[in-house]
Amino acid sequence: MKALVTAAAVAFENLLIPICALLASLLLFGMFLACLGNDPFEVFHTMYRGGFGSLFSWRNTLERAAPLMLTALCTALPAQLGLIVIGGEGALVAGGLVAAMTGLVCGSFAPWFVLLAMLAAAIVAGGCWIAMTGWLKYYRGVNETIASLLFNYIAIALLNHLVTGPLRDPQSLNKPSTPPIGNANMLGDMPGLGVHWGLMFGLSACIVFYVIFFRTTFGFAVRIAGGNLRAAKIVGLPVGRLTLITCFAGGAAAGLAGGIEVAAIHGTANATLAAGYGYAGILVAFLARQNPLAVIPVALILGGINASAGLLQRTHHLPDAAVQILQGMIFMMVLFSETYYGRLQALFESRRAA
Amino acid sequence: MNDSALGWWGVPLAILGGAIRASTPYLFVSLGECLTEKSGRINLGLEGNLVLGAMSAYAVSYLSGSPWLGVLAAGAAGMLLGMLHAWLCSYPKVNDIAVGIALMMFGAGIAFFFGKPYIQPAAPHLPAISFGAWSGSAQVRSALEINVLFVIGLGIAPLLSWFLSNTRWGLMVRTVGDSRDAAGALGFPVNSVRAVATMTGGFLAGVGGAFLSLYYPGSWNEGLSSGQGLIAVALVVFAHWQPMRCLYAALLFGGAGALGPALQSVGVTGGYYLFNAAPYVLTLLLMMATCSPERTLSGIPGELSITK
Repeated sequence: MKALVTAAAVAFENLLIPICALLASLLLFGMFLACLGNDPFEVFHTMYRGGFGSLFSWRNTLERAAPLMLTALCTALPAQLGLIVIGGEGALVAGGLVAAMTGLVCGSFAPWFVLLAMLAAAIVAGGCWIAMTGWLKYYRGVNETIASLLFNYIAIALLNHLVTGPLRDPQSLNKPSTPPIGNANMLGDMPGLGVHWGLMFGLSACIVFYVIFFRTTFGFAVRIAGGNLRAAKIVGLPVGRLTLITCFAGGAAAGLAGGIEVAAIHGTANATLAAGYGYAGILVAFLARQNPLAVIPVALILGGINASAGLLQRTHHLPDAAVQILQGMIFMMVLFSETYYGRLQALFESRRAA
Repeated sequence: MNDSALGWWGVPLAILGGAIRASTPYLFVSLGECLTEKSGRINLGLEGNLVLGAMSAYAVSYLSGSPWLGVLAAGAAGMLLGMLHAWLCSYPKVNDIAVGIALMMFGAGIAFFFGKPYIQPAAPHLPAISFGAWSGSAQVRSALEINVLFVIGLGIAPLLSWFLSNTRWGLMVRTVGDSRDAAGALGFPVNSVRAVATMTGGFLAGVGGAFLSLYYPGSWNEGLSSGQGLIAVALVVFAHWQPMRCLYAALLFGGAGALGPALQSVGVTGGYYLFNAAPYVLTLLLMMATCSPERTLSGIPGELSITK
């Protein structure tokens, strides 16, 4: 009975605290808006309309939520090992770039083959990109947070170099890009929804990785290594290999996001790939408390907030950075709320004792 | 002497000049981060301080006409972000690295939000001191045109070093950074010491941002900082938490950052973006060379979460 009450308290807490953090940050953002002379309720209403108010805005939200789910995994999976990896943006760029290059190389094959090759290449590229961070961490002792962030800048520099130089399509004048992969090779929409298949990839990746990391012995081993590295080494777990595989998995998800952005939206690789999905994904992962399943609803909420940026600008003349401020506030509140975990349970137990 | 007479000799000269110019933000951020980390906390959000500092400095300098007021405003903005970091981290179970990431987003968001109107107008710049007036060559003169903030940073580095190793307060900062328990037993106010260290660090990082918008590149736009704040954090690791070494490391990174523009000035334009990545690659290589999974680094504060 006691164990049941404790478990219920923990579950309740896991749900209640992030929701309170989200509400508190909305309150804070509302106060910020009010100070600047905007009506916060109108702004929130606009955000709701822009994110979830119509079929069109739902599509927009879902198409933004898909890459967020995948880039969030890039932080959430290594977090099972106790690593804070924030290299989602770089892995996404690497994946998108390699996907576009693959599309060019095998452009003459059947469309399904080209698409498959592009996505597979994106997965491998993104995976290797973050696996490098894991390697540096485990075998060289280099801090993974700083290393992964540096890799972001390196990936973007590489992208800029290739699209303005060797791989530049002479037809792309204002926005240097690689030659287009061709309409026939693009990733289409899911039937009946009007949303591209990337959403399905995002959802299934979250579910599959949840099962792998929370329901298999491999995942158990990873989480043991994350909880107590020395104990894991003493029982003989191959921590180095676990680190590499987990980082590869996270990077593969973000790389796939990049491949999908190229295959479903841009059709080429260019500087717009680095649109901040990688950074917003970090926020999604933290708000979801690094749980791959919880990433799904959180990515929807954040996708909706991002989708409303355009409407906010048109109706209230708020710069796009308003959304960035809100994201920063949510992030801070979520981290601050960590301090409240465990108190509810203590409250229950003290009641029972009394 | 005409300009082209220097030819390829212009490259090392331009790198030297560029090293001094580009190292200033690295220098300020790394000194600030060094102090913060010495107190046992890591503030990864100094990139946000840098961007917000750049915006506030530019706006205040434009509105008031005085670049020095701009520098002060940048410092104050950075200090506020530092205060926020210190306040959030003073609660138990709050992860300082993650708070830094959040502040990076928040600081940049605030800067872009309020900075929109200042992208176009021109603000008064910070002055420079000409150390190269003796030379007839324009390239030599421009390389030795040294900004005032660099000179100030040059003074802060030994001062901070002296403060940490020779004063009572410096000892307090180091004790708090090495062992929370020992500091508590000695009756030091752990959270307050860390808060002051983080705020001072934030101030310095903000001033580093002022350099970006008021001297070089000398204008405000949203792509102004490209990870200098982060490189500076890595640079502190490489410098083994010693302020004087931060100075040398900042010069080295400034030189790496100046490689691209220097080669461009003599006509090598290919691979411009690749050369721009030089500081990031250099950081990674240096971290690989200095870190090790087996031993802890010399000079590392014992409470720091980054190497645990």
